[in-house]
Amino acid sequence: MADAQLSPRNIPDRLQGRGARILKSWECLLLVVAAAVFLGNSLASPYFLDPWNLSDATFNFTEKAMIAFAMALVIISGEIDLSVASIIALASTAMGYAVQFGFDTPALVAIGLGVGLVCGAVNGLLITGLGLPSIVVTIGTMSLFRGLSFIVLGDQAFTGYPESFAWFGQGYVWWVFSFEFTLFVLLAVIYGVVLHKTNFGRAVYAIGNNPTAALFSGVRVARIKFTLFLLTGLMAGLASICLTSRLGSTRPSIALGWELEVVTMVVLGGVSILGGSGTIPGVVLAALIMGMVTFGFGLLNVPGIVMSIFIGLLLISVIALPILWRRARRRLAH
Amino acid sequence: MMAKLLKNREILLVAAILVLVALIALRFPAFVAPANLARVYNDTSILIILALGQMAVILTRCIDLSMAANLALCGMVAAMLNAAFPGLPVPLIILVVMALGGILGMINGALVWKLDIPPIVVTLGTLTIYRGLIFLLTDGKWINAHEMSDAFKALPRFELAGAPVLSWLSLLTIALMFMIMSRTPLGRAFYAVGGNPHAAVYTGIDVGRTRFFAYCLSGTLAGLSGYLWVSRYAVAYVDIAAGFELDIIAACVIGGISIAGGIGSVAGAILGALFLGVIKNALPVINISPFAQMAISGTVIIIAVAVNARAERRKGRVILRKAEAV
Repeated sequence: MADAQLSPRNIPDRLQGRGARILKSWECLLLVVAAAVFLGNSLASPYFLDPWNLSDATFNFTEKAMIAFAMALVIISGEIDLSVASIIALASTAMGYAVQFGFDTPALVAIGLGVGLVCGAVNGLLITGLGLPSIVVTIGTMSLFRGLSFIVLGDQAFTGYPESFAWFGQGYVWWVFSFEFTLFVLLAVIYGVVLHKTNFGRAVYAIGNNPTAALFSGVRVARIKFTLFLLTGLMAGLASICLTSRLGSTRPSIALGWELEVVTMVVLGGVSILGGSGTIPGVVLAALIMGMVTFGFGLLNVPGIVMSIFIGLLLISVIALPILWRRARRRLAH
Repeated sequence: MMAKLLKNREILLVAAILVLVALIALRFPAFVAPANLARVYNDTSILIILALGQMAVILTRCIDLSMAANLALCGMVAAMLNAAFPGLPVPLIILVVMALGGILGMINGALVWKLDIPPIVVTLGTLTIYRGLIFLLTDGKWINAHEMSDAFKALPRFELAGAPVLSWLSLLTIALMFMIMSRTPLGRAFYAVGGNPHAAVYTGIDVGRTRFFAYCLSGTLAGLSGYLWVSRYAVAYVDIAAGFELDIIAACVIGGISIAGGIGSVAGAILGALFLGVIKNALPVINISPFAQMAISGTVIIIAVAVNARAERRKGRVILRKAEAV
């Protein structure tokens, strides 16, 4: 891991005007990128601006974004959770298993969320209880959770979900607004308020900036970290319900590689991987950008993996550009 | 004496591996036949080479998530070179892909060094870029065994003094890494940078450049492994070694290399890789479904970290011990 002290911290400068601060902010940069991608998409394909198409486009990011919100809090607190995709797989496997015994939708939802919470609790206990580094613990539980679904499923798949279960991934709340998208908006608001307007959110920042200082100023560091891992687990369970319902089947390889996409989304959203800074609006914008890029490339018949080049470049350049810009300005000033 | 031995992570690991092998041998004596053990080692060779590269990076407080993607890209290039120019001598191909891997590693290193971007972000980005490049190169097509020349496929299997070249190459890498880590200023710089970057700066070590060299090293070894992987399994496709980066890091973690930098040894990385290798090879022998492998290695990683953390925590500053235990 990079050394925390060697890297600049994103401390908001209260002396500047509010307008200038907003203009210079990361979110503003992301907004410009998002607008550019949107414009590019609508120019590139005549089908893009159709409302149903735009609604379909949301499926490319809603499930990942649900997890990204909780992951943003975890990363701001200076930890990381790489096991989220495996929690999706395990929760999905558990739900599929339950279906074989004739469980109905409410029970399936409870099982999905429950498995998520239990997995989150396992992570949280290992990390806060034993004081282990989260990156290694969650690499371990990542293999463990997905391994468990491989043991249950082998090379099989579970299908036969009840019809009412399909609503979570395919249902619409109002006109073109899908249940998933509504959930995404709702969660964005909830997480935004929790992180930016509550003592809990303030404590998360405090822990990320200096856990020792936070502890000495009365923040219950271990308890809050534990809660954050519970949250990522819960969100992974929720995403698992939506994804399983959307696909209508469970395979052990479900959501493979999502942990890196979620982390990419969070980092692209301006959350420092070293902890201590970042915002929910940034993550929302990053989710929109990644979703639109995926969908736009799909419309243009560009294979998904090529789009990953673009997202990789975007990730590195969005982080490198402000650094280069600051350096160039400093050089000009001298 | 005994207590000191128990604290030595390498000896603990050797003991753990021996116990594991002994347990397997109780039910299936054939597993410990020298020929079979040599085969297990040969099977683990690529993981050992990669773990040694990752070790250098982790020692400097960085991480290389792009190693498996680098391996896949280099392996694909090796296979394509061979398919396009069957006459090209294999050692030349190996040199080309090692250079290519080194350049890919250099890109990681330069971004970490010159732009100060956190290593996990850089390698997350290059991981997706390198994987995407393979697709651009091939359009998703596979290169199958019949398109590769016989010499290309035969080299890793070629028996030299009783062992396949693949095993010899891993032994050579081990020897080289051992020399670098214990006999050169660079090796010492890896430890210094990871142990305390600020102190390293004051002793005249360029932290960024040291990290850059660590990435070059891991990239070059990933390039070599790319050729070995493709020629060994005689097939090249976009998803080769997908997710393997985490196996490599797992091998390092099991081998007692601290993810916080500065602590670890060549022997540890080798033993960590061997531990995973033994488990992987033993599962089919003792009739455990290969599907259980992920769950088992996950459990092993968690246990290994828990054991390591206990050993490391005592080193915290005394006045903050309570705080650091959080």
